[in-house]
Amino acid sequence: MNRFDYIRPSSVSEAVAAASEPGSAYLAAGTNLLDLMKGNVSRPSRLIDVTRLPGLDAIEALPDGGMRIGALVRNSDLAYDPGFAGAYPAVAEALLSGASAQLRNAATVGGNLLQRTRCRYFYDTASACNKREPGSGCDALGGDNRSHAILGWSKACIATHPSDFCVPLAALDAVVEVEGRAGRRDIPIGEFHELPGDTPERESALETGELVVALRLPPEASAFSRHSRYLKLRERTSYAFAVASAAVGLNVEGGKIREARIALGGVAAKPWRADAAEAALAGAAPGEAAFARAAEIALADAAPSGDNAHKIELARRIVKRALLLAAAGTPERMPALPASPFALAPGVLTHG
Amino acid sequence: MTLSISLTVNGEPHDIALDDPRVTLLDLLRERLHLTGTKKGCDRGQCGACTVLIDGKRVNSCLSLAASQDGAEITTIEGISSGDALHPVQAAFVAHDGFQCGFCTPGQIMSAIGLIEEGHAGDDPERVREGMSGNLCRCAAYIGITEAVLEARRMLLEDRKEAAE
Repeated sequence: MNRFDYIRPSSVSEAVAAASEPGSAYLAAGTNLLDLMKGNVSRPSRLIDVTRLPGLDAIEALPDGGMRIGALVRNSDLAYDPGFAGAYPAVAEALLSGASAQLRNAATVGGNLLQRTRCRYFYDTASACNKREPGSGCDALGGDNRSHAILGWSKACIATHPSDFCVPLAALDAVVEVEGRAGRRDIPIGEFHELPGDTPERESALETGELVVALRLPPEASAFSRHSRYLKLRERTSYAFAVASAAVGLNVEGGKIREARIALGGVAAKPWRADAAEAALAGAAPGEAAFARAAEIALADAAPSGDNAHKIELARRIVKRALLLAAAGTPERMPALPASPFALAPGVLTHG
Repeated sequence: MTLSISLTVNGEPHDIALDDPRVTLLDLLRERLHLTGTKKGCDRGQCGACTVLIDGKRVNSCLSLAASQDGAEITTIEGISSGDALHPVQAAFVAHDGFQCGFCTPGQIMSAIGLIEEGHAGDDPERVREGMSGNLCRCAAYIGITEAVLEARRMLLEDRKEAAE
């Protein structure tokens, strides 16, 4: 780990001013940043510790029916907040399917939004990586890339965004509140993370020094609470990143789907909203045929970035199964293994 | 630049001068306070051997900067027994063979104390296994660990019931 200056500001504006200096990075829990610093992947010369900033740790119900979550709220506190988990069960399930209990007790909402990819070539400083070192190339292309992106990738970068939390946030049109030197602004979650293009080093819409202060869920987001799931396929049942995941919500009225929400995780450099698949479900009767078609549409633009064509079919199946499970109803209690695809809805075949 | 921080570790207050902000809570406990019960396994937040309680919550001390924990209350494996009387979780690990080599055990025990306190797993072995998945055991003593956590929870609940009566 390189040497750095440690700075502990006492207000958001002080933090923003401090972070405007080149080489600065914000430190919250550090569960991702310290790991990256230990591997010399990130080498900030100044750490701005934001963990004591006042007013960023509340979970509030908003007068319009939405909810606002401070950037310093811990993953576990949010997932177990009864009001939050009741309104947005897929978000709670996604949070509890990520990392370990120890990490969830530390990790923050703001930090989760800004998690870096787990691409092993990004982590290995002896490998070429355009994200870590622009212009150096991409050793993941043609390398061990079975877990890499199948949507939205470029020849410059085929890494995926690792967050579970961000997937249902994308499905529910969350809004990120940020503060910078020019004041506060809102960034819709769909515009928060960037696809790689020719500049994979640019991962979010944040400008230098901007700080995530909160996250808002709009009032419409709770309309899906009765039919919501997050499903995550991983190489072991717990404490692993997604091979492919899906967050879905259905608003069902009179036996028909009034509105559907679908986002995929582990497939692209950002949580992937499947708008066309959602549109195809509007007005349809929930069921196997409609869900299989929606899954086809959701992956219609997918292409392997290497030795990972299997992920396209896996992602289709995860979308379809998540929709079937959501249609059966949000479980009354959080499943013992959150987001596990091995817990079945009635009448669903394990290998369907 | 020297940083001064205050920590309460196992009930004892410490004022510590850090001449380098890179010190993790884990290294501070082991190298400065000589509390070597907390283990350094992977040092990357993957194995759970470094688990301690910070303000009552289980976290990986290897991924936490000591400077950032200024003012916190830390509990380590050295701080849970009452003299020679083992903590109920320690006793249950002994009774159920919840270890072989013992390297992961301090982290397992601190994690189990956190899990029982959190109260989400109840008496469901599957929820206990899921809640303990951040603690790896290379000897694979997982069956004993799960049994130990379940029994320790029962004992702690009974103790609390008695104390309340």
